[in-house]
Amino acid sequence: MLDFPRWKQVWLWAVTLVLAAAALPSIFSVAGLPWPSALPSPKVNLGLDLAGGSHLLLEADPEQVKRQRLDSMEEEVRNRLKAADPQIQIGDISTADGTVSFILADPTRVDAAREQLQTLTRGAGMSGQRDWDLQVVDGNRIVMTPTQAGIDQAVTQAMQTATEVVRKRIDSLGTREPTIIRQGNDRIVVQVPGLKDPTALKNLLGQTAKLEFKLVDTNALPSDLQQGIVPPGDELVPYQDTARFGTVPIAVKRLGGIKGDQLSNAQPGNDDRNNQPIVSITFDQQGGAKFAKLTTENVKKPFAIILDGKVLSAPVIEEPIIGGTARISGSFTAESANQLAIALRSGALPVDLKVVEERSVGPDLGADSIHKGMVAMGVGTLAVVLLIFFTYGRFGAYADLALVFNVMMILGVMAILGTTLTLPGIAGFVLTIGAAVDANVLINERIREERKRGRRVVQAVEFGYKEASRAIFDANITNIIAAALMFIFGSGPVKGFAVVLVIGIVTSVFTAVTLTRMWVAGWLRRARPQDLHI
Amino acid sequence: MRLLKLVPDDTNIHFLKWRVPFFVVSIFLILASWGAVLTMGLNLGVDFIGGQMIRVTFTQSAEAPVAQLRGEVEKLGYGEPTIQRFGQPNQVSIRMKLPHGSESDAGKSEAMAKTITAAIQKAHPDARVDGVDSVSGKVSGELFRTGMLALGLAMIAISIYIWLRFEWQFGVGALFSLFHDVSLTLGMFAITQMEFDLNIVAAILTLIGYSLNDTIVVYDRVRENLKKFRRMPLPELLDLSVNETLARTVMTSLTMLITLTALLLLGPKVIFGFTAAITLGIFVGTYSSIYMAAPILVWLKVTSNSFVPTETALEKQERLAREGR
Repeated sequence: MLDFPRWKQVWLWAVTLVLAAAALPSIFSVAGLPWPSALPSPKVNLGLDLAGGSHLLLEADPEQVKRQRLDSMEEEVRNRLKAADPQIQIGDISTADGTVSFILADPTRVDAAREQLQTLTRGAGMSGQRDWDLQVVDGNRIVMTPTQAGIDQAVTQAMQTATEVVRKRIDSLGTREPTIIRQGNDRIVVQVPGLKDPTALKNLLGQTAKLEFKLVDTNALPSDLQQGIVPPGDELVPYQDTARFGTVPIAVKRLGGIKGDQLSNAQPGNDDRNNQPIVSITFDQQGGAKFAKLTTENVKKPFAIILDGKVLSAPVIEEPIIGGTARISGSFTAESANQLAIALRSGALPVDLKVVEERSVGPDLGADSIHKGMVAMGVGTLAVVLLIFFTYGRFGAYADLALVFNVMMILGVMAILGTTLTLPGIAGFVLTIGAAVDANVLINERIREERKRGRRVVQAVEFGYKEASRAIFDANITNIIAAALMFIFGSGPVKGFAVVLVIGIVTSVFTAVTLTRMWVAGWLRRARPQDLHI
Repeated sequence: MRLLKLVPDDTNIHFLKWRVPFFVVSIFLILASWGAVLTMGLNLGVDFIGGQMIRVTFTQSAEAPVAQLRGEVEKLGYGEPTIQRFGQPNQVSIRMKLPHGSESDAGKSEAMAKTITAAIQKAHPDARVDGVDSVSGKVSGELFRTGMLALGLAMIAISIYIWLRFEWQFGVGALFSLFHDVSLTLGMFAITQMEFDLNIVAAILTLIGYSLNDTIVVYDRVRENLKKFRRMPLPELLDLSVNETLARTVMTSLTMLITLTALLLLGPKVIFGFTAAITLGIFVGTYSSIYMAAPILVWLKVTSNSFVPTETALEKQERLAREGR
């Protein structure tokens, strides 16, 4: 037990010093000293509750993804069968019951239709399943049912895209080091340190930015619209600015419009005529071609510019717009025009995101907490160091040295792993100091006991370490179990606390047991004491 | 230099003699704690019931004007606020239920936070808003469930570990003393009405781990002594084990007390409840490892047989051969 060959000593010292040195940049930065930039500088991240900032939990509604899939499948089915040669006539198409179902005008063409539709489905998941299930009912009705694997895949893809879009939008705000993580099936966690007011962020993320251009149904009866009766093939969309356009919705054709998702740029600007804020958009090549086609075929007709289900404005197409640029006007302020431009540039969110949890912390409270935590840690450590030294003498001094290395190593490991120190984490830190010496107390008390029983010096030390190790091991495993559950089930700050605990447990066993044993063994070899003053 | 010795050598306190009265007291305390939890209820924070919490510090005042604030916030028509001091006397948390319909429109809770902070800052120019937490009912329900699940799982997982490392009686003893510690801590939160939030669940998980340290140290010594003194009556053997480890128990409790006191008095006030929970738990845990975990072994009739490996046929042969020689 007390045998430490040279290579082992070198190795243990190397681990200790490297990990302890990794703490220095963090300590320098808290103390306000400059750290030489030539050296690597891993640093402990400060959690939002210490650095100040905002935490948002965004949630998507998977139902919305399902709805959108049904709508786009309906459109694809219509287009595909219309484009088939010869054309396949269908009728009574409906998406009401969560499936796309329609009747073939000519039942003999079931196989041809099936063949066409099969190309619209894709594989989903590992099991070789398709994302849509195709069935023929009563010989002439085709029912397309979304499979669970397909839905899961669509939700996953939507969330991936949403996460990307959220990232782009936050980056456009110019904030530093945001953390954007998908959580579970339908959630995204956004953490932005140092952000004082999360309003702008939330406004930006709350905007889906789904831009659509749809033709206005000029034949719809105003009386129908007033009563909310939907003309066939239409949908009713309310105006965004009800103060200006009134509360009566506008009827637009459900199909045949285009989406404003194929943009290459969007910039805020001002209208030359009335100096109102506008957003000018530039389509990419494909989008520009579609937009040119729509405007060419519908000159002198009104079309509605719809953002997130609300009509911004419904101008008449004066002439074909073939340049690929368009200007959107719609009761903007300079700020909202800017936000819409950012949102359009970063792309539309594939689903709406709702803020279900929000935490924001001002930076002053955190700074105060760090300061007080440091003071408590300093005072606590000093008191423990003195108590241990006066109780165990030389062995206490070894334990104290181990404690100091332990504190450094916890910080060092946290800096290297890039973990985040949170407010409860500071408490975990201080607690670790109180608990870390427990191992030395156990060992030293055992050595005392063995000496009392009359064992010789070396044997007593050897026994002390050996017999105490068992209890130390069991006790630390139970702590790790508790910390692991905290990590799995906890959120944000609690997770940070669990990480500190686990790192502290591992390093404290290393310093309090292994390092002190090496030092004690070295001393025993050099001094060959006849008696132990413990 | 004369070294400190907190526990004199050859201390022999008959702890186990008092096991029945102490056990009755412990059972009473557990029941009283649960009684307090059920009748007074825990003061659940927004983490667990949903709602909005705004934390304000009055930088120029010695004390926060709680009564005045209550009137000011109530006037805004969002309902009755729960206003509490936390940390320093000039810091308050203002808790509100989320406005109707905020589940579907996040803007509503946003607007509420804005209106309230604006009103406060207008009336008190020295008010500094330190944080706003809004948690929807759906999320708070999940946080509560996972929090409780983590607590329950931790207790069970640790007990199973003890069972595997020792014997089933030790597992039961550990589970029971953990239940005792957690109950008393919950009782403290019910009686003091300190805010019970996610951090407190973390605190309880921590004290589950640490309060078990004492139990394990005692159990480890019991196991060792069971092997050593096979004929010693169990109560006597437990007393011996507790006394032998007493110096360590006192020392470790002292170091924990020192650091936790430093944290309570000098540390960040925001986590006062968190530190208080761990402090109480550590001491309840030390007590319970002596008066709950150890006596249970007597009642569950632990014997030394469990730890002395039974002789295999080969070993018996060897022993006989040795003895024959």
